[in-house]
Amino acid sequence: MEENNNKIEYKIMMDWISEDASVLDLGCGNGEFLSMLVQQKKVKAQGIELDEHAIYKCVERGISVFHEDLDNGLKGYPDKSFDYVILYQSLQQIKKPDVILHDAIKVGKKVIVGIPNFAYYKARLQIFFKGTVPVTPSLPYQWYDTPNLHFLSISDFINYCKNKNFNIEKSVFIEEQNIVKVFPNLFALTGIFLISE
Amino acid sequence: MDKKQDNISIPQNNVGITETKYFTFAEPPNELILDSSEKLSPITLAYETYGKLNKDKSNAILCEHALTGDAHVAGYHKGDKSPGWWDTMIGPGKAFDTNKYFVICSNVIGGCKGSTGPSSINPKTNKPYGLEFPVITIRDMVNAQRHLIDYLGIQKLLSVVGGSMGGMQALQWVVSYPDRVCSGIPIATTAKHSSQQIAFSEVERQAVMADPNWHDGNYYGDIGPSRGLAVARMIGHITYMSDASMAEKFGRRSKDEKNLFKFDPDFEVEGYLHHRGDSFVKRFDANSYLYITKALDYFDLAGDNELYEVFKNVKAELLIIAFKSDWLYPAYQSQEIVKACKLAGVDASYCEIESTYGHDAFLLEIDQETNLIKHFLEHACIACSGEKNGRK
Repeated sequence: MEENNNKIEYKIMMDWISEDASVLDLGCGNGEFLSMLVQQKKVKAQGIELDEHAIYKCVERGISVFHEDLDNGLKGYPDKSFDYVILYQSLQQIKKPDVILHDAIKVGKKVIVGIPNFAYYKARLQIFFKGTVPVTPSLPYQWYDTPNLHFLSISDFINYCKNKNFNIEKSVFIEEQNIVKVFPNLFALTGIFLISE
Repeated sequence: MDKKQDNISIPQNNVGITETKYFTFAEPPNELILDSSEKLSPITLAYETYGKLNKDKSNAILCEHALTGDAHVAGYHKGDKSPGWWDTMIGPGKAFDTNKYFVICSNVIGGCKGSTGPSSINPKTNKPYGLEFPVITIRDMVNAQRHLIDYLGIQKLLSVVGGSMGGMQALQWVVSYPDRVCSGIPIATTAKHSSQQIAFSEVERQAVMADPNWHDGNYYGDIGPSRGLAVARMIGHITYMSDASMAEKFGRRSKDEKNLFKFDPDFEVEGYLHHRGDSFVKRFDANSYLYITKALDYFDLAGDNELYEVFKNVKAELLIIAFKSDWLYPAYQSQEIVKACKLAGVDASYCEIESTYGHDAFLLEIDQETNLIKHFLEHACIACSGEKNGRK
């Protein structure tokens, strides 16, 4: 993921997180967002990341990080030991997203989830008219070279939360740098949710 | 310009010529009481230091050595052609930058490189201790070092670092002396020896003890169990490497002329192990090998408790490092430490470095370790001084 501190997604998540909170970022990459949180919100940050080179970047930034594979589940933390657990653009890359979300909601008081929307209208058009698997700004990969294992839409995630009795406290939908207010499942590239039990 | 020493030139980013110093303490009646409840007195620790201790004594890093290491971790001893055992990591501009930090390394008690051990003279008999030497533990080693740190006037270490047995000491430090360490870097290590690790230790010890020249440890002034000790070291070296690193280093290559079926070493790997075994016996005492491997086997940081319970007192921030191909101290043992950090709320980072070198990786994967440690220490420095100003 490219570095972009001005990302609107970051700003939104930042607003949701209170000062001095404890935050666990699952799939924290190079620690970019966590270090913004540390600087601006003085949070107590912990990352989990699979990529060795990303680990080096985190340590360079002074972010505490564990080199772990989330496909093995989220182990070891006591219940509700973090104020927030973040799954930003990582849920769709994990083998068992359902398991990790349940783990996250157990370990965190609140969970922030950011997903790429597969039902974005341009993605639909690509399937309908070109008959190809869509490539969009939030799903930028070719089918043969993608870290994404699961493809879901904003509606899928909302339905999922309903079925699991997860409470969606807040949600924001984004296309490029704009907030989408109407028909988000059609017009948004990304959905961000604040959920709790 | 490089500094010249005899025929070799010392690179500029080197600490240069160093000297081992000695510190003696625990004179009667202040004997050191060991885990076994026995008393040891007096105790000498061999140690070296590099860099300068700053004014408020807040830049000291204690480096812990592995099973057969010594206090000479960096630089050159006068006349030596090779530098200390972790010279690649300690020096100006290196991971442990001696322009910034004051690095201390001491030989463990029970050792044979200048610290009190089974080959030292027992003041009660005026003969080498041999098996009269008391059983020692990792905690005893650390308790002895604490006296050295006191003597050097250091209230709080910036960091304690070590690989393998050195990592056990680093862990013991952060648990035993939570107020005296800001950070710890345990590398390729474990919070307790596993059955497999104890098994290898025992086979190595049996090799020494089966040598008829061992004489129940009373061999000083005699030839000693050099064959047995060499075999022990050969076993050790197998466990320090990996299948892949052996395949790469030796393959099935043989020496020039093969004496087929003569049981002489004809494969390169055999020659290597023989060479390692033979050179080891010239520098190491067999009884020290027995005592220190026992200390490794006894090591169990948590004892009857859960590790996370023991970690609840830990105040230091940890950087835990393991290596993918290390099968002697496999990554799962480091992950156990990580798990305890999570449950106890210890601030920590963990990295499993991709490497084919096996357990030896902690001495060889210098770039990756430097990358992690250098930055970790910079942040530990800030956190430590923040704490001093009452921020934490």
